[in-house]
Amino acid sequence: MVFPALAVVGIFSLYPAMDSFLLSLHRIYLGLPSLGEPFIGLGNYTQLFQDPVAHQAFIVTLGFVILSTTFELLLGIGIALVIHEHFKGRGWVRAAVLIPWAIPTVVASQMWRFMLNDQYGLVNLMLFGDQVEAYVPWLADPWMAFGAIVLADVWKTSSFAGLLVLAGLQVIPDDVYDAARIDGATAWQRFWHITFPLLKPALLTALLFRTIDAFRVFDLVFVMTQGGPGDATQVIQFYGYKTLFTEGRVGYGTSISVTVFVAILILSLFYVRTVGSKLLEQERA
Amino acid sequence: MTKPLPERLMLLVGIVFAVLGSLLPFIWFVLTSLKSQIQVEAIPPTWWPDGSLEFYYSALFDHELFNYIWNSVIVASATTIIALVIATPAAYALARIRLAGKVWVLGGLLCVAMFPQIVIAGPVWQILERIGGLNTHWGLVLPYVTLTLPLAVWILATFFKELPVELEEAAQIDGCTTWQALYKVMLPLAAPGIFTAAILTFIYAWNEFFFALLILTDPAKQTLPVGIALFQGEFTMPWGEIAAASVLATLPLILLVLLFQRGIISGLSSGAVKG
Repeated sequence: MVFPALAVVGIFSLYPAMDSFLLSLHRIYLGLPSLGEPFIGLGNYTQLFQDPVAHQAFIVTLGFVILSTTFELLLGIGIALVIHEHFKGRGWVRAAVLIPWAIPTVVASQMWRFMLNDQYGLVNLMLFGDQVEAYVPWLADPWMAFGAIVLADVWKTSSFAGLLVLAGLQVIPDDVYDAARIDGATAWQRFWHITFPLLKPALLTALLFRTIDAFRVFDLVFVMTQGGPGDATQVIQFYGYKTLFTEGRVGYGTSISVTVFVAILILSLFYVRTVGSKLLEQERA
Repeated sequence: MTKPLPERLMLLVGIVFAVLGSLLPFIWFVLTSLKSQIQVEAIPPTWWPDGSLEFYYSALFDHELFNYIWNSVIVASATTIIALVIATPAAYALARIRLAGKVWVLGGLLCVAMFPQIVIAGPVWQILERIGGLNTHWGLVLPYVTLTLPLAVWILATFFKELPVELEEAAQIDGCTTWQALYKVMLPLAAPGIFTAAILTFIYAWNEFFFALLILTDPAKQTLPVGIALFQGEFTMPWGEIAAASVLATLPLILLVLLFQRGIISGLSSGAVKG
């Protein structure tokens, strides 16, 4: 019964991943088939470690991962605390909060690109009103453009982080709070001494999910900035895409993707060990 | 216990911020889609549209949006159906039957779900080239099924685990095989879980961009995200048309969220936290 699922995953996920690893040990230019596909061992990797563009891409990606996951977790906690409360119309609020998550990333990217437009954008309108001469071309500035993709990602996925945190909130029994309230604990004390410690597993899950996903950011960059201005927003997956599919440097491109893969694999293993161990215990019980 | 006033105020502020923050950018896009060309190009921008539908008309007919919508409907529906047909028995087996190494299978699936798309993109492209799957819808559905299987299996396995075992045991005593027990007894009970997995799979396939961009280079075959990302005007960015196309691409998803908010929230968190 499990076999069809395993077969599909094997053919279109595991085999390609291993094949990528093999390809990354060869020098392959799609445009120059006459050169053949010589085996060059770790040649692509040594080149990668000396490539300043790749270094820049790693730093941009790392900055993006750290900033976006931090904001997403903070906002996610806020969102979760709000939609966990009981109030009239909570279903509507929950649905509203889910909408950024449901919107296609491409649509969200076009939307933020337009929001940040130098002439027609809402951000300039809200900040400067009629003072047209003060309008800022946000996406033309390297730092602002980087901030823009972080902002768009935070807008899009904070609610997902919020849902994971919400799942953690739901397992905390209400009477703990009632007891604290009777003892005179303030809202902040209740959050810091009860909610936060009990929420740690859920926060860890959200953190790892978001970290891994942020490593793979592509759509936002493709639509909003194309990696620019300069290489200011060129994240690693976009750089890999360009080398592989635009320039046809298959060997070198796959060595980039394999490096990302290894980084993410280490994170996933960490994830499975910490969170997945709960499952293991359940299975044994 | 009724809460003191400051706490209720804080909650109200939180609700307003969460709702406005989530919706305002999209509302601005909706307003833009209803403007006229002159209004879109006004500097400073104006808030209220005059309700012109010219951008919808132009997006649908001049930019052949119907075509993209149709392609997306085919790809997302096929992905959902195939992924669930494969995932349901797998999840059932993993949740119920004593299988050697099933923890490894579940953990492995979780790892596969974490793969960066680009690490499988090159070889997948080569496989599809070899079997003639480039620029075809089934060629896109194959990797989509692979990418959505792990989540679907996790959601369904969580769901099956919560159903009482006694029912199947009764079915098996009455002479049902494992397959019959699954189809006649468990499937109807698991319908809500299957439905949740279906919605999440559909949304994933509807929204996916990276593989669609690589595999579908023929504009006649492309899905909505590719169309919207590559939207080009003759001279300037056609923001009105992009906004109209974006609103149309998002409407079905908003409907799904409004109707099935409860299922989506429990589905998304089940794969992650309950384990």
